[in-house]
Amino acid sequence: MAEVVLDGLSKAFGKTQALQGVSMTIPDGAFVVLLGPTGAGKTTTLRLISGLEAPDAGDVRIDGASVLADMPAQRDVAMVFQQYSLYPHLTVRENLAFPLRSPILNWPEPQIAARVQDVAEVLRIAHKLDNRATKLSGGEMQRVSIGRALVRSPRIFLMDEPLSSLDAKLRAEMRVELKRIHTDLGATFLYVTHDQIEAMTMASHVGVLDQGRLVQFGSPREIYETPVSTYVATRLGQPRINLLPAALFEGAPKGAVQIGLRPEHIRQGEGQNAIVRRVEHLGDQTRLHLTLAGHDLITLTDAHSPLSSGDTLAIRPEKPLWFDASGLRVL
Amino acid sequence: MAEIVIRNLRKEFGDFVAVKDSSFTVGDGEFFMLLGPSGCGKTTTLRMIAGLELPTSGQILIDGEDVSQKPASQRDIAFVFQMFALYPHLNVRRNISYPLVSQGLPRAQIQAKVAEVARILGIESILDKPVGGLSGGDRQRVALGRAIVRSPKAFMMDEPLGALDAEFREHMSEELRALHDRMGATTVYVTHDQLEAMQMGDKIVVMNHGVVEQFGTPQEIYDHPATMFVADFIGSPPMNFLRFEGGFRPGDRSVSLGGTAFATPELLEEAGGRKLALGVRPEHVVISDEGQYRGRIEAVEYLGTTQIVTLTTPHGTLKARTPSDRAARVGDSVGLGFTASTLALFDAGSGRAFRTAANAGVFHG
Repeated sequence: MAEVVLDGLSKAFGKTQALQGVSMTIPDGAFVVLLGPTGAGKTTTLRLISGLEAPDAGDVRIDGASVLADMPAQRDVAMVFQQYSLYPHLTVRENLAFPLRSPILNWPEPQIAARVQDVAEVLRIAHKLDNRATKLSGGEMQRVSIGRALVRSPRIFLMDEPLSSLDAKLRAEMRVELKRIHTDLGATFLYVTHDQIEAMTMASHVGVLDQGRLVQFGSPREIYETPVSTYVATRLGQPRINLLPAALFEGAPKGAVQIGLRPEHIRQGEGQNAIVRRVEHLGDQTRLHLTLAGHDLITLTDAHSPLSSGDTLAIRPEKPLWFDASGLRVL
Repeated sequence: MAEIVIRNLRKEFGDFVAVKDSSFTVGDGEFFMLLGPSGCGKTTTLRMIAGLELPTSGQILIDGEDVSQKPASQRDIAFVFQMFALYPHLNVRRNISYPLVSQGLPRAQIQAKVAEVARILGIESILDKPVGGLSGGDRQRVALGRAIVRSPKAFMMDEPLGALDAEFREHMSEELRALHDRMGATTVYVTHDQLEAMQMGDKIVVMNHGVVEQFGTPQEIYDHPATMFVADFIGSPPMNFLRFEGGFRPGDRSVSLGGTAFATPELLEEAGGRKLALGVRPEHVVISDEGQYRGRIEAVEYLGTTQIVTLTTPHGTLKARTPSDRAARVGDSVGLGFTASTLALFDAGSGRAFRTAANAGVFHG
């Protein structure tokens, strides 16, 4: 278990600048989630830490010491990939024991057996230890592949979208499960995803990447409630934050060009009249698609709202966020 | 424009029964969702309506006419697949006009039709481009254009957005629905995504193992699921089930779980000494410090304005959706209450919902 520091990391592949001056501290025991769309530099960051790529500039320090000169195997980090690459001809027990049988470790068999048992219990797959790896469900296979990283007790776990190949139900279960495993182990996790739900629900810290730059780093609540830019504001929140011209409403601070309104931060029943374009009953809540002075926006209302399309609804901003011409937040 | 009536439809493939005795009605101009997990028979049902499969028994009526044994070409239905098959050697205009050319329509009429469709879909600027270089969204629009251009009686869509990534799917689903609102054509749409079904559909049929589990509007199905399967399939997180043994009589307004009485809607049926499940949606769980019925917080998932709290109770795991400014700490023991008017009771064996004063108006037969 360790603190990992990234210091001014840059990496280009040909003409593509994959990472540009990324600095962050992953505290010991943290669950850091890197969030961004495809091409933002998430996977490159993982590969630089693990040693699968070398940076053009900058440093990676684990527990205070630079690891750039170390081979991947010497860095003592573990990677979990999206595709669970298990050995299909081996049992769960043999799959889990495999990393421990490495000649470098030279562990005695009883110690290996005890460690495998421990990890299987943390992952709640102890009852499946003698099953063939291929005879497991998707969620169980992913747990075994995480288990294979766990047995070694590495200094940091690097996870590259490990849940993205699972179906929605299983993904929801595994989110809770991964967080529990993280708490039980007190391990340090760096987890990469483009799924905002995973970032919000699991992370102790979220790093938002935009075209190779780290644009914000903070708790999920900080990122959601006080985004530094329209880019960050649109990363979290389903449905997305509404971005409208600042002039539509009163109270814009100096320099503000856009107003950001989360769908749940729109007071209904007072203010300016909007037209209801479409009503979506989602069960637990209703989404209203509105038009205000020619601009589309979405807000949420009670599940059994009697509104229907064509109705008029007065709305007023509540907790607005203001942004300048370059998309940066104006306070 | 068409009303589609499905009566006792059945399809067997050898020993395997893909669809058992399905009945439902797609109203004229409706956006109608066939929802269920893979293998539930939804695509087979769609293919039978389109005429790509012939039913083993049962009827399909389009505007009152029984078409169940007619070939697809005589049904005047357009099919949009998940994988949009475009002719790669033709440009956008010729891809869209193809169905009309093969019908032998006069050229002037074809031109007018294609222009109209291009305007509806907002693809006028790409009409003369080859389809090879188009983005996923534009390819999808061209595929839709080819379906729309014939002005068929109805559209059949088999997971048309399934191949798109999440962000783009959201955008295209809004676009599709807006297109439907402009054209008003009867549409039957297959999906396994409950949110997509709730968001886009006027009506939903939920299928499982070839059987229609429930048929109704999205809100009816969400509020009053007819079976535990539906309750579990719809909603994210889905409905919680607190499993207990007990009974009740018609007229009762509460049930007892391990000594705690929970108020419910008035019960209209009788059940005695059976395995039962009390169904409660996550947003109808009320967490308080007080309260005799206790749960232990196992996990808290922040979602912005709301959070999902996972609890263990004497009757199983429970998920609650609460405002995220209400503190919830893992390990704490808290009191639990439920909003009485929203509760459902199920027979845990058969999965069927018991009739109550709340759901009596919703269930059809």
